[in-house]
Amino acid sequence: MSEIVRVEHLKKYFPVQKSVLEQLFTRKKKSVRAVDDVTFSIKKGEIFTLAGESGCGKTTTGKLIVRLLKPTSGRIYFKGEDITQLKREELRLLRRKMQIIFQDPYASLNPRMTIGKAIGHPLEIHGLARGEEKKGKVLEVLQKVGLTPPQQFMNLFPHQLSGGQRQRVALGRSIILEPEFMVADEPVSMIDVSLRTTIIDLMLGFRKELGLTYLFVTHDLAVAKYISDRIAIMYLGRIIEIGSKESLFKNPLHPYTKALLSAIPVPEPKKKREVIELKGEVPSAINIPPGCRFSSRCPFKKDECTKTEPELVEAEKDHSVACYLS
Amino acid sequence: MVRIEMKRSMLARIVPGFTSLVKKGPSGQMVIIGMIIVLALVIMTAMGPWIAPHDPSRSGVGRIRIPPNWQFPLGTNHLGQDVLSRTLCGGSIMLQVSALSVLLCFAIGVPLGLFSSYVGGFVDSAFSLVIDAVYAFPGLVIAIAIAAMLGPGVVNMALSIAVVYIPSYFRIVRSQVLSIKELTYVEAARSVGAKWYTILSRYILPNVVPSIVVVITINFADAILTAAGLTFIGLGVTYDIPDWGWDLTNGRTYISSGAWWIIAFPGLMIILLALGFTLIGEGLSELLNPKLQR
Amino acid sequence: MNCSTPSFRGEIAKLPLLEIDSLAVDYRTSRGTVHAVNDVSFFLEKGETLGLAGESGSGKSTLGLSIIRLVPYPGVIGGGQIKIDGRDIVALPEHEMQTFRGTKVAYVFQDPMISLNPVKKIGAHFVELIRTHEPNVSKKEAFERAKTVLKNLGIQPERINDYPHQFSGGMRQRIMIGLAIALNPDLVIADEPTTALDVIVQAKILDLLESLRKAYQMALILISHDLSIILERCDKIIVMYAGHMVEYADGTELHGRPAHPYTQKLLQSIPNIELSDQKLTAIPGSPPDMLNPPNGCRFWPRCSCTMEICRVKEPLLISIGRNHLVKCFLYGEKGVQSE
Repeated sequence: MSEIVRVEHLKKYFPVQKSVLEQLFTRKKKSVRAVDDVTFSIKKGEIFTLAGESGCGKTTTGKLIVRLLKPTSGRIYFKGEDITQLKREELRLLRRKMQIIFQDPYASLNPRMTIGKAIGHPLEIHGLARGEEKKGKVLEVLQKVGLTPPQQFMNLFPHQLSGGQRQRVALGRSIILEPEFMVADEPVSMIDVSLRTTIIDLMLGFRKELGLTYLFVTHDLAVAKYISDRIAIMYLGRIIEIGSKESLFKNPLHPYTKALLSAIPVPEPKKKREVIELKGEVPSAINIPPGCRFSSRCPFKKDECTKTEPELVEAEKDHSVACYLS
Repeated sequence: MVRIEMKRSMLARIVPGFTSLVKKGPSGQMVIIGMIIVLALVIMTAMGPWIAPHDPSRSGVGRIRIPPNWQFPLGTNHLGQDVLSRTLCGGSIMLQVSALSVLLCFAIGVPLGLFSSYVGGFVDSAFSLVIDAVYAFPGLVIAIAIAAMLGPGVVNMALSIAVVYIPSYFRIVRSQVLSIKELTYVEAARSVGAKWYTILSRYILPNVVPSIVVVITINFADAILTAAGLTFIGLGVTYDIPDWGWDLTNGRTYISSGAWWIIAFPGLMIILLALGFTLIGEGLSELLNPKLQR
Repeated sequence: MNCSTPSFRGEIAKLPLLEIDSLAVDYRTSRGTVHAVNDVSFFLEKGETLGLAGESGSGKSTLGLSIIRLVPYPGVIGGGQIKIDGRDIVALPEHEMQTFRGTKVAYVFQDPMISLNPVKKIGAHFVELIRTHEPNVSKKEAFERAKTVLKNLGIQPERINDYPHQFSGGMRQRIMIGLAIALNPDLVIADEPTTALDVIVQAKILDLLESLRKAYQMALILISHDLSIILERCDKIIVMYAGHMVEYADGTELHGRPAHPYTQKLLQSIPNIELSDQKLTAIPGSPPDMLNPPNGCRFWPRCSCTMEICRVKEPLLISIGRNHLVKCFLYGEKGVQSE
């Protein structure tokens, strides 16, 4: 399989707003290191998942790749082409190939635009279809995302739809341009449990039908396990473990991954599980601990862990970990 | 295209809203009462010259300062002019001035607010600083200063009122755009490749319109009072056109001699007109509040 | 509604802590009445844990709030009884209800940030709560008690003088739980206590709730959309759908022998991290508009076993085994009264 997206040493630092007094008396620039040196690649046709807790930089990474945010440093390649420095007009053209759907289906649709207009608007923006042709395509997409009968949904406004239906609209708006790559940022986390599977099934269907490649961003490892081919676990802006779904779940290597997996609730009655206890809470991304960024909470910390940061090293086939213990 | 879009979404909100306004409870009824008052006064002023029993500008149609009686239902003023005729016709200047000033404010304040907040950064800070400085002054004082500089006249009055109200539009548009700009649907529009003016006109502006409508009505109410105030201190229009503000000015000296009717009726008209617009504004602000919408 | 009374009532000799009988809660909105909770009956013993599972709009939170009589406007308790220690609280005057809240029943809300007053120190929250219910306690005494509670929560007692924003989300939720148990209530209702939190923190909070429950011998009602948490943590489970209690059973029974088609489908649509090659099945359609719910059984438009009767008649809650109730016509129109 060929590579569709490649990210090298990607960083995104957000400056911290300082008060007037601080600005006067301190020189040091503080910043939130949301994404801090991330490297990975996504193969064509696969579902690659970035997983981690809130604030680990997974969503920021997704937005950086579709260039909704400008990286502080690092490189992003799409189908071999460096898209890190694209100008506005080139970027607009790139949007046809790369799409993103967002977590909150209640906020991602313009409340004053009908469903039909919202889905058809990308076609208009790129001058791909007008009038009857556009309408036809919109109806076709509505059918595809399961909003039937499509004629009826055309003229509805977002507030007349449920969360699940809105997420279908968002999905429709993204696929109408027939993209090759899509970032799905927690697409089901705000949707009712009984409707999640239908959205996931739709996404899986589009992968087959349109040959889509997904970057799936989630905090829910159970969903990640169900949907993805490969998974990267992020902690405080960095990937600490990456591997194929099978080997990562069967043999998690990083202590953080182990703790994360042990904490996930299992839908079985009164299951007694060994939850791996972690000390304290995730440190702030402004003051990342020196050395291994997980060292402040790691139950197996050694001396070298606090000195230099471990690199991702391949531990077994298609499975790498950034930890001195393995 | 932009305008049509805007108009349609406004109409789409207002027209079906109007038919069911009564059902919407107190706020809907407020809007209706306000509209009836304003409409009645506008029609009255427009029809004034035809329905007035006397020429409103002619002095000496009767003796001076006659209290209300059968011949002059609202009495006569100190020049012997018919107060009823003057009250019927006296709204035209005030309405013209306020309409013109609102138009000016809208045409300048809204695009300025949109542009400044969307561009952001230094441009936004600079604009905001200037506008906030204007906003910090008491409105009437600025209006007086500008009107004094430009001299009397309908257009000049409108201009001086506009300067006072542009900051209101600017600030409301700016604060709304700043919050809407960060919303996911704007980000989604960017992610499908929409150009900046498409985002402004189709994703941001339609969502700002409800707030602007409210500001317009409140602006109208205030403009009327300011116009009255300007005329009152002699910065309004010249003698021969009947005007409520002017009548207030001249009538005030005779109130001590008991001639209350000279100022009571024009004053009542000004209050009614301002009240009408305020009712519409307050009602609309409740009706269009997205949090109260279903 | 006699038929809906649980048939195993006879087995219990003493008075249950909480007994709810054919409860109905309505929201009387301008667009019509929403029957958010309809004909719900169950009871809870001291020290038990009950899970309320359901999607948004299923009425699970409304049910929880009705137990402390804090259903938000325009909601009203439309009928039925809520008995705490044998006393019906539905008609209780408000001032008596206030003493009930906190001392008998406490509530933990989903979002700790909006439940804590941002300009008040943590200690002040505890002192106010304790002194409202026990006016004889001195400020100092209340303060000391607050410190003990914080220690039990795993928070350093010195942090009693910190403001809510100085705590992380997980810590704030601990504080909320602390406020709930400070007066040693018999029943704690936790409404989505971990929904806003990450999994590692979630596990810690749920562990804390469980250990506190055991230590203080409280009963716990855990409300969540996440059936995994509920299965993992609760003895008894109620599955709610569109205001109806569609199934009631012990955790093991519900997992092993789910009876209602909704429960069955729901269990098949939850990903399980311990299984590989799991096939999830989707539930077609979406939850009903509660202003115009379907006639008959509220699940029939999405059900794969719909019969003629489901569209016209609302099924009754019937017993299909020990401690197992289901509201579905698949198990007969009357149902087996007992086994």
